Amino acid sequence: MAYEIAVLTTMAIAILFALSLNVITGFCGQVSLGHAAFYGIGAYTAALLTKAGLPLVLALLPAAAVAGAVGFLVGMASLRVRDDFLAITTMGVAFLFVGFVRKQDALGGEIGISGIPSVAFGRPGLLVLALLCTVLFVLLTVHIRRSWMGFAFDSVADDEDTARVLGIDVPRFKLWAFVIGTAGAGVAGGLYAHHIRFIGPDSFGFLESISVLVMVIVGGIGSIWGVALVAGILSVAPLFLQFVDDYKLLLYGVLVFATVRYAPGGVAELASRLARRIRR
Amino acid sequence: MLLLELSLQGLVQGAIYALIALGLTLVYGLLRILHVAHAALFTLGGYVGVIVTNGTGSLALAILLAMVSVGLIGIGVYRLCYRPLLDRSPLVALIASIGIFIAAEEIYRIVFGPYGLSFVAPPLQAQVEIAPGVYLSHARLMVVVLSVLIIGVLGWLSSSTRTGVAWRATVSDPDIAASFGIDIEKVRYLNFFIGSALAALAGVMVALLNNLVEPTMGAVPAYKALAIIVLGGLGSVRGTLVASLVLGVIESFGTIYIGHLLDRDAIAFTFLILVLMVRPQGLLVRG
Repeated sequence: MAYEIAVLTTMAIAILFALSLNVITGFCGQVSLGHAAFYGIGAYTAALLTKAGLPLVLALLPAAAVAGAVGFLVGMASLRVRDDFLAITTMGVAFLFVGFVRKQDALGGEIGISGIPSVAFGRPGLLVLALLCTVLFVLLTVHIRRSWMGFAFDSVADDEDTARVLGIDVPRFKLWAFVIGTAGAGVAGGLYAHHIRFIGPDSFGFLESISVLVMVIVGGIGSIWGVALVAGILSVAPLFLQFVDDYKLLLYGVLVFATVRYAPGGVAELASRLARRIRR
Repeated sequence: MLLLELSLQGLVQGAIYALIALGLTLVYGLLRILHVAHAALFTLGGYVGVIVTNGTGSLALAILLAMVSVGLIGIGVYRLCYRPLLDRSPLVALIASIGIFIAAEEIYRIVFGPYGLSFVAPPLQAQVEIAPGVYLSHARLMVVVLSVLIIGVLGWLSSSTRTGVAWRATVSDPDIAASFGIDIEKVRYLNFFIGSALAALAGVMVALLNNLVEPTMGAVPAYKALAIIVLGGLGSVRGTLVASLVLGVIESFGTIYIGHLLDRDAIAFTFLILVLMVRPQGLLVRG
């Protein structure tokens, strides 16, 4: 059972992480190439707190808060720069985070933090917690989708200037998207730290940011179930297929290129095409 | 002497950045695409350079072959990967480009092996004393001289030849340029050829300086060159050159003075973020 539990935990965390980026990039249309930084911030925050004796359940809140606070700052940057410039800025955030952590002895420097305590009730307890967080986040994003906020996100993603003309408070919604998305990533990071029980600067590098972006795009940018499905599959594929483990980046690169070239809506679009064909 | 040495180091690094970033700027100026896969061509240039030098013993031949072959592959990348995406949002092309780049890195690892290649007999390693106590290897000198030379030639080409004029016209307004009978497609091919050839040259240079090429050597330049063209004000050649040199120098000083706080890449990106927040349009471009 232990193996299945570990696999499911990995999936749940990956789904949460991917869905958190989906709020920023999918719903609100703001490309982020540095999402792993927030994953890392959550992981470091939670790990330090549980090592100080706090139970993980309580440590996840500060993890979300710190990641969300930094996300707010990056969100401020998104008000200043757009599109290409924003992509580069968020990429800068990814490198800044790793470069900063590397040099801080308090955060374990190059070596990272090991010996992160296990959760109450052990692995099954962590799985339950991860599932709970993921389900809550899914419900939250479904709710956002249906609410006025989801509509506002859509209009910002579609055409920022028109949204502004329509009287939508663009800066406010962009900031909300960044805060919700990065706080979600913070929770995912906190869970990840207690799943692997070791974290270091390389766990949250630029390639992680790219990997999660690949999941969102291949899943179908903005589609909750599409992103969740692809994140779930891609996160555990290396465990079952040696090929994926060896050539992960090759696979990701080809997948994302094929997606933007032939099916910009990702798996979600393919599925709805298929469904339409069957119905006929 | 530390100041002089750091500045020199920074300028050599900056010259390499300039060679890489120029290709990116050319592509951005023409197509509004952030061409991350450019760095994959840079890595390929390094590999061709090392393999040909080791095979034939001639560095000049290696440089020539690297530039021509990678230039042609650059055209292929444009034709197969970017052309079909031109009418979509530029971010789509950026994402596709990242996909190509990470896939290419993996392919290099499979084809050339994970540990990298070195020169059997590294050329141009002799040192020259350019000031009392300050030494520079021939390789470093060549990097600076070649960069200046090539950038000069490019500048002359773009201002004084018909092709150069056609290129500049296409950059400033493709539709009008087309209506004057300029073959835009040809201009784009040329653009990718020159940009990719420069990246290949930079790849051979870096291979010379480090005496090593490895599958991931493009990773850091890829992202840093993006930072540079943004700093330079996207699409501006002059801005890119200035930003390359400034960033090179800032990094070499930064690693000495604030290296205990941030690593080299983080310093570069901190500088980038600070500049963007104050001047979102880049260093040299007027608001």
